[in-house]
Amino acid sequence: MKISRILKTIFLVDFLTGLSIALKELFKAKKTINYPFEKGKISPRARGEHALRRYPNGEERCIACKLCEAVCPAQAITIDSVERPDGSRKTTRYDIDMLKCIYCGLCEESCPVDAIVQGPNFEFATETREELYYNKEKLLANGDRWESVLAANIKADSPYR
Amino acid sequence: MQEYFYLLLSEIYKILFLLVPVLVSVAMIVWLDRRVWAFVQKRKGPNVVGPFGLLQSLADALKYLFKEIIIPASSNKIIFILAPIVTMTLALIAWAVIPFSEDFVVADINVGILYIFAVSSLGVYGIIMGGWASNSKYPFLGSIRSAAQMVSYEVSIGIIIINVLLCVGSLNLSDIVLAQEKIWFIVPLFPMFVIFFISALAETNRPPFDLPEAEAELVAGYQTEYSGMMYAMFWLGEYANILLMCSLGSILFLGGWLSPINIYPFDLIPNPIWLILKILLLFILFSLVKAIVPRYRYDQLMRLGWKIFLPFSLFWVVLTASYLLYFNLLPVI
Repeated sequence: MKISRILKTIFLVDFLTGLSIALKELFKAKKTINYPFEKGKISPRARGEHALRRYPNGEERCIACKLCEAVCPAQAITIDSVERPDGSRKTTRYDIDMLKCIYCGLCEESCPVDAIVQGPNFEFATETREELYYNKEKLLANGDRWESVLAANIKADSPYR
Repeated sequence: MQEYFYLLLSEIYKILFLLVPVLVSVAMIVWLDRRVWAFVQKRKGPNVVGPFGLLQSLADALKYLFKEIIIPASSNKIIFILAPIVTMTLALIAWAVIPFSEDFVVADINVGILYIFAVSSLGVYGIIMGGWASNSKYPFLGSIRSAAQMVSYEVSIGIIIINVLLCVGSLNLSDIVLAQEKIWFIVPLFPMFVIFFISALAETNRPPFDLPEAEAELVAGYQTEYSGMMYAMFWLGEYANILLMCSLGSILFLGGWLSPINIYPFDLIPNPIWLILKILLLFILFSLVKAIVPRYRYDQLMRLGWKIFLPFSLFWVVLTASYLLYFNLLPVI
């Protein structure tokens, strides 16, 4: 071992350097945000809680093509459909098992009419498993609740799709 | 009969007057530790419960109280339950001889330093008992490590204390503090203070010597099988021990309750405050070290203890003794 190395070890040079750096860092601004009170920025592409959107006139967007059901790798989506008197197809049942869902975003990508989307909401923890079996009413309610944000996000992300 | 009763009552009052602040400050010091650790890493640390998160430890303790205590089926139940009790009791009874000022000390015994040394040596039993009684591999490995580690570093701490005793000529902690009225022992014995600090880290299983509970290898070491209040007692005992080591360091080297500058505005501050400030300073150093160092390997730990600290502190004992003898400075007893 070199003499300088030995002297460095004896006088704890490396340790004291570390200590001085720690003391400097101690007084620097903190990077943490106070989560429940302030939140970080979320990308328009964020894949959070699902929602079923409507057209501005109140008509459901979903045309029951079942592409999302087919593409879902976790098979979390279940759809039943029926033909209406005017010949259009509509869903009678649209369930997502949020516990199976892996939040991959493929349903949103496969949807030809932007009906099923994943919004920015990630705070939907519940106390029971049953509350996480989402049905059509819940998804449509989500869509109504988040519509303004969802529309803005889709618009912001459209150049990259 | 009556006067014995009153004597007992006054003693209990004195003990409570010491132990309740110690326990409260242990809770506060856990919060301080986490805060300092977080601040170095540019996090905020616990800041939600109470003002600045000061009541975080209280909330944690409450949570531990309500948790179930799980006793492993194959454990030795009596020793398993006894281990945290031993750890905590030993960490607390050592405080009896710590002098907070000239007249505030629960037991002003003449072998105070030996008493502290003996009690902190016994501390290793709590860990060994816990690790062995759990009857599980990780706690067992953790307790073997900690037994070896604490015994090794106790030797060098003992020899460092001899250095101080040579300069004082008394084993009474109050006398040790009073002997530093002219100059704190940190000045003439600075290398010993550094070694004492590092050994104290090892003695209390703090990083970089936290091998007994190395969470990456041993889950949680000897605490793996513990839960609920029993885990909390280990935890309290550990921090009470850290505080004890900090106060021992400030009594031996930093002049205990003595004020650093003995001029007008400063000598109005009561003596215990100075001791508490010194303990806090040492403790913040403890937490800073925790934030910056990686863990030692087991053989490095043993090498440091036996091949470097022990010979060096022995050499320093000879040096101190020869210096005192040559310049005729030996304390008169």
